[in-house]
Amino acid sequence: MKTIALSWRYLWSRPLSASLNVLLLSLGLASITFLLLVSFHLNKAFDKDLAGVDVVVGAKGSPMQLILCGVFHIDVPPGNIPLKAVKALKDHPMVASVIPISLGDSFRGFRIVGTTHEYISHFGAGLAQGHLWDRSMQAVVGSTAARKLGIQVGHTFTGSHGLGAGGHLHGDKSYSVAGILNPTGTVLDRLIVTDTASVWDVHEDHTAVNGEDRNVLADEREVTMALVRYKTPLAAMSFPRYINTSTEMQAAAPAVEISRLLSMLGVGTEVLRAFAGVLLLTAGLSVFIALWNAVRERRSDLALLRMLGASPLKIARLLMAEALWLGIMASVMGMLGGQALTALIAWMLQLDNSLLIGGLAWPVDIWVVPALACCVSMAAAILPALGAYRVSVLELLQ
Amino acid sequence: MIQTRDLTYGYPGSAPIAFPDLNVAQGSIVLLSGPSGCGKSTWLALVAGIVQPASGSVTVAGQSVGTLSPVAADAWRASTIGFLPQKLHLSEALTVSQNLAMAQWASGRPEGHASIDAALKALGVADLGARKPSQLSCGQAQRVALARAVLLRPQVILADEPTASLDDEAAATAISLLVTTAMEQGATLAIATHDGRVAPLIPLTDEGQAGYTALKLSRIAAGATV
Repeated sequence: MKTIALSWRYLWSRPLSASLNVLLLSLGLASITFLLLVSFHLNKAFDKDLAGVDVVVGAKGSPMQLILCGVFHIDVPPGNIPLKAVKALKDHPMVASVIPISLGDSFRGFRIVGTTHEYISHFGAGLAQGHLWDRSMQAVVGSTAARKLGIQVGHTFTGSHGLGAGGHLHGDKSYSVAGILNPTGTVLDRLIVTDTASVWDVHEDHTAVNGEDRNVLADEREVTMALVRYKTPLAAMSFPRYINTSTEMQAAAPAVEISRLLSMLGVGTEVLRAFAGVLLLTAGLSVFIALWNAVRERRSDLALLRMLGASPLKIARLLMAEALWLGIMASVMGMLGGQALTALIAWMLQLDNSLLIGGLAWPVDIWVVPALACCVSMAAAILPALGAYRVSVLELLQ
Repeated sequence: MIQTRDLTYGYPGSAPIAFPDLNVAQGSIVLLSGPSGCGKSTWLALVAGIVQPASGSVTVAGQSVGTLSPVAADAWRASTIGFLPQKLHLSEALTVSQNLAMAQWASGRPEGHASIDAALKALGVADLGARKPSQLSCGQAQRVALARAVLLRPQVILADEPTASLDDEAAATAISLLVTTAMEQGATLAIATHDGRVAPLIPLTDEGQAGYTALKLSRIAAGATV
């Protein structure tokens, strides 16, 4: 019989105590797993959605609002900016590319984004069905949006004003679905994308009564914002300052705003982390008490093992192995529990068409969980193991 | 096989116990008797290398036990000494077979299930291997504990009050099993007891003499050769 097998049998000779200890330790580890996974998924989502966007140029207001709206599509835009100004950005020597974004309408909760074909290629998205739009009032639909809306190529739909539910319908202007996009794991999956001209057509027809009106409006056309990529990283030093001081627009750097957002979320994260820490500490104490009592109850058994030739170190190792079993079982349960909780949150967020959190994932950071479990259980076992180490064979003879 | 000379042991704060000298051959039976507190258990501990003598020497199977380091004493005890405690200390966490496997684990000699089955069979409890100790009768538990003591074929078997709390019939069976098993294995048997029923239960020699060497202990006894 090996030490590990013997310790397993000793552990389960007290099934209630062992189960409660595993459960308690698992709860703390599940909380930590959940925090690590959410952080991993958020960072991954941020990284994917932000890839290739160095700065977002939009109307003056909250820079974070601009990023949340323009990149993640989870907030309302602060206002519009002139199309002419966006076109001028393309000529700036530090700018490599500019993708205009026009927002304002939605269809059953999914945002309609007016833009150019570059927006699709920016995400590296391919077509699952159909083709990209080749004229105004054609749209391609992201994979998640298509699935949830039950939309197929050739279907038509009418957008409603505003980004939430309850806006009035643009009943006289229908979009036709030209294509369905492949899944990309980015915000694009939850969008309906069309030509910028479609957004103008839908809204200008409300105010323009004749061709002359349309010509006037064409001169004053606006977009919501522009996603800008630099030619050189050095542009990050001067371009935002140029936009913020020399134009009526503002430039928001996604990296800066996201780190600000994460630091604001950090307070909540710290509270959860502290809570998980308290759970782990409680579990550690519980393991300690259980093992301490086990040594007290088994003193004569341990003395007999000493009589049969087991060294004090071997007896101590037996106790440590019991603690290790607790740590291993709690690690498995804690990590599975954390994954299940994350999957549940991901499912709930997807129902809400909110920020995307994926399902099962095994980031490198997650391996801190079993390490932590083994450390806590082994630390809790040190004193009981020392007690076992000191058991004297003489106790058997008295 | 067991030789003690001028052996004394001192507990802190009390006068040292002096033990009579002893010199017995392999396969002998030693009967330690005397009132409670006279040092029977201490003598067993000295022979098993659990405690170091204050003075004198203990030699078991050619090994000077008092000179062994604690680690060496553990290893030596595992290979030389079998022990039957007064309370049997069969672990309730384990089955009968696992209790014997635990003895193999403790000694660092994992000899496998065949030797466990053989030991249980030799003591007539071969069919009890899968039971928990709480499912055994008193006699069955005694046999299992003896199987554990002789599992590794020790050269010396130490039995501490093996008949305590047993009725006459069970005591007779216990001593008979102990003596028979020790004889079959050619082991030297030392029984520490204050139970007057034990001595008559040990068979006489072919010459009609007592089949054991008596070692009568009394507190602070003077050295004496037996």
